[in-house]
Amino acid sequence: MSEQNKPRRDFIKLASMTLGGVGAASLAIPFITSMNPGKDTLALASTEIDLSPLKEGQSLTIIWRGKPVFIKHRTPAEIEQAKNVALADLKDAEEDSNRVQDNKWLVVLGVCTHLGCVPLGQKTTDVKGDFGGWFCPCHGSHYDTSGRIRKGPAPKNLPVPPYVFLSESKIKIG
Amino acid sequence: MSANDPQGYKKTLSSPYTGIKGWIDSRLPLIRMMEAEYLKFPVPKSLNYFWSFGGIAMFCLIGLILSGIFLGFHYKPSADDAFNSVERIMRDVNYGWLIRYLHANLVSFFFIATYIHIFRALYFGSYKAPRELVFIFGLLMFFLMMGTAFLGYTLPWGQMSYWGATVITNLFSAIPFVGDAILTVLLGDFNVGDATINRFYVLHWLLAFAILGLVIFHVITLHMTGSNNPTGSEPQSWDETLTFHPYITIKDLNATILFFILLAFVLFYYPNILGHSDNYIRANSMVTPAHIVPEWYFLPFYAILRAIPDKLGGVIAMFSSIGLLALLPWLDTSKVRSCLFRPIWRICVLLFALDFFILMYMGGKPAEGIYVIIARFGTAYWFLFLLVLAPLVGFLETPKQPLTISNYLKSKKA
Amino acid sequence: MKKIISLFLLLFSINAFSAGSSIEIPKYDWSWKGFFGTYDRASAQRGLKVYREVCAGCHSMNLISYRNLEALGFSEAQIKVIAADYLIQDGPNDEGDMFEREALPSDRFADPYPNIQAARAANNGALPPDLSLIVKARPKGADYIKALLLGYTEAPQEINVPEGQYYNKFMEGNLIAMPSPLSEGAVEYDDGTESTVDQMATDVTTFLAWAAEPSLEDRKRIGLKVMLFLIVLFVLAYISKQNIWRDVKY
Repeated sequence: MSEQNKPRRDFIKLASMTLGGVGAASLAIPFITSMNPGKDTLALASTEIDLSPLKEGQSLTIIWRGKPVFIKHRTPAEIEQAKNVALADLKDAEEDSNRVQDNKWLVVLGVCTHLGCVPLGQKTTDVKGDFGGWFCPCHGSHYDTSGRIRKGPAPKNLPVPPYVFLSESKIKIG
Repeated sequence: MSANDPQGYKKTLSSPYTGIKGWIDSRLPLIRMMEAEYLKFPVPKSLNYFWSFGGIAMFCLIGLILSGIFLGFHYKPSADDAFNSVERIMRDVNYGWLIRYLHANLVSFFFIATYIHIFRALYFGSYKAPRELVFIFGLLMFFLMMGTAFLGYTLPWGQMSYWGATVITNLFSAIPFVGDAILTVLLGDFNVGDATINRFYVLHWLLAFAILGLVIFHVITLHMTGSNNPTGSEPQSWDETLTFHPYITIKDLNATILFFILLAFVLFYYPNILGHSDNYIRANSMVTPAHIVPEWYFLPFYAILRAIPDKLGGVIAMFSSIGLLALLPWLDTSKVRSCLFRPIWRICVLLFALDFFILMYMGGKPAEGIYVIIARFGTAYWFLFLLVLAPLVGFLETPKQPLTISNYLKSKKA
Repeated sequence: MKKIISLFLLLFSINAFSAGSSIEIPKYDWSWKGFFGTYDRASAQRGLKVYREVCAGCHSMNLISYRNLEALGFSEAQIKVIAADYLIQDGPNDEGDMFEREALPSDRFADPYPNIQAARAANNGALPPDLSLIVKARPKGADYIKALLLGYTEAPQEINVPEGQYYNKFMEGNLIAMPSPLSEGAVEYDDGTESTVDQMATDVTTFLAWAAEPSLEDRKRIGLKVMLFLIVLFVLAYISKQNIWRDVKY
């Protein structure tokens, strides 16, 4: 009699184990997702910046997701300087137009791509390096007016965070 | 070298399995152990569903440890931050509310399963020789469970957390001579405070894993003797046994799923019903709640504590109510195990269970008037049961002739 | 054996954990009760207005953030406007000073007082409790809160009500430090609902219930799925068990 039941028994076994597996996976999901950033962390994941107080030539440093972000109101001279660079001269070749949405405003992460120090150049009294942008004092990386690496050990340009213009004078980062 | 040890000083690897299974098993014999202890292990055929609650308790423990770990990723064990961190878990952590409610309600269900499990031991004489150590390790785990639950309850740092901790830790000052010193060492301060909650968090983790460790000894001692069964008669042949797998695994799985249906019902629809609303109020050392009540699973012991008018006496009574239980294998003088065949003792055990519930009810009431009188009677019966009835009834009663497993099963089929 | 089990169930159903008072709290109908209950969004939005205009002067709700209001149906723009109504302290700035700024959606609800001592000083020594969890922090929950708000009456002759206290039918001890907060028409509702005292009490309690337990709807929704899943799993497990045990001979 048990031989007759074997196919049925196998099916029930299969169905139970499948359902059990689905259950176990469904139980794992809330536990794993609980390890993701919470809603309060995500609420701070984007920052709105009012650009109007920033005059030409001035730079602002804000904190976004725990890291410094450099916002620079570029002068025409700095914009010119950034555009007149041959791609062949760049370690990490990138057109300036690919790095800005509006030429006047450069928004880059203020974290050196070598080993993570915060480069100097935000204040007018700061050393700006040989290319008029930023200079990292830790190991001597020089960045230009588009935040691109020109000299020194850093491998990549200063990263551009995701941002949108909410209006002429307001951006939202992240 | 001896006849019993043919290999002598020379060790050779061997395993009943082949292939990768054999390679691993010959070096770490877990596979053959699992097969012996959880697949082929012989179990009496006559077990009823009371025997499923040990396994259910173990699933509760695993659930508590898992949910506890994931809560621990977010919880902050300081007096200033604890309450807020728990609310952060409830509101901002993804599924934090689910993990928190799961952890809190699993504690209650762990105690429900454990109390039914202990009742089974009392009713069917599972504590009697040769299973004395199974019972004692079980009671040790029960002590640790209560410690872990007490420590865990202080962690949300609500009003009940704080004041429950204050009341219970103050019991230590009842110990003569060294009481106050012990209390200060325990608290890390003059009152329950930041130092206390931090170390209670660590102790909570420690005790939880200590329980997990003791489970192993509990199971080893059980597997040395094999399970008891409703008749109290040991299996006389293979015919009176079943292999653990698939018969008990599927039976326990059924019971566990049903148990978790009950848990899910409480968790998803009435998650706060077993708790105290006062614990949603931030702890305030200047304001004492009108009624300090421990969680429901402590109430019988709380009733015993308050039944004795003397502070030290109450503490001794509370701890010895469980401590003396550990002596039951020797206090009970009967040669017959199961209450099915012990008509007088059966009444005593059922009254003991009723007493447990009565004390539970009294523990939730203020310690005055009729409540404390009934609690005193209840406490008196508890100790009467252990110290007087257990030895006397075993000696004086005329038990029925215990059935063998086969005869018992035949009589049930009829 | 069955008798023993039913005895246990009977005894266990006795509510052993209530050391409750003797005051009978009325039972109200709430939209979120039952297995399929949800928070009445419209009522909760009106309740927010009641909180802002009547309660927020004394009661903080510092576990709620303005962004949480999205769950009640407010848009991101509306939330920014609500938040901007409040000033919160921030800083220190680069000069080392603390300063005030408009609240952002990510901020918690602004506290009416800078600290507990100021709250007590402004309220005759009584501390208006934070309302974030008040519905879960009282034994009968929402029923109690609404009853309390509606429970202000003339004190009976024999009771002496001291200065700074008020008589309330449902407060433990019948004396409460808060004067009756709601009066007919105190708040003008945006959706035109008549703001009777009963209506405002219902709405603010709904809002507070949501604030105490925002995950309720998720919980019940997931609960339904889990219960159905477990029941199906149990049926399969039961059939498996019967199947496997069929061969067992007694």
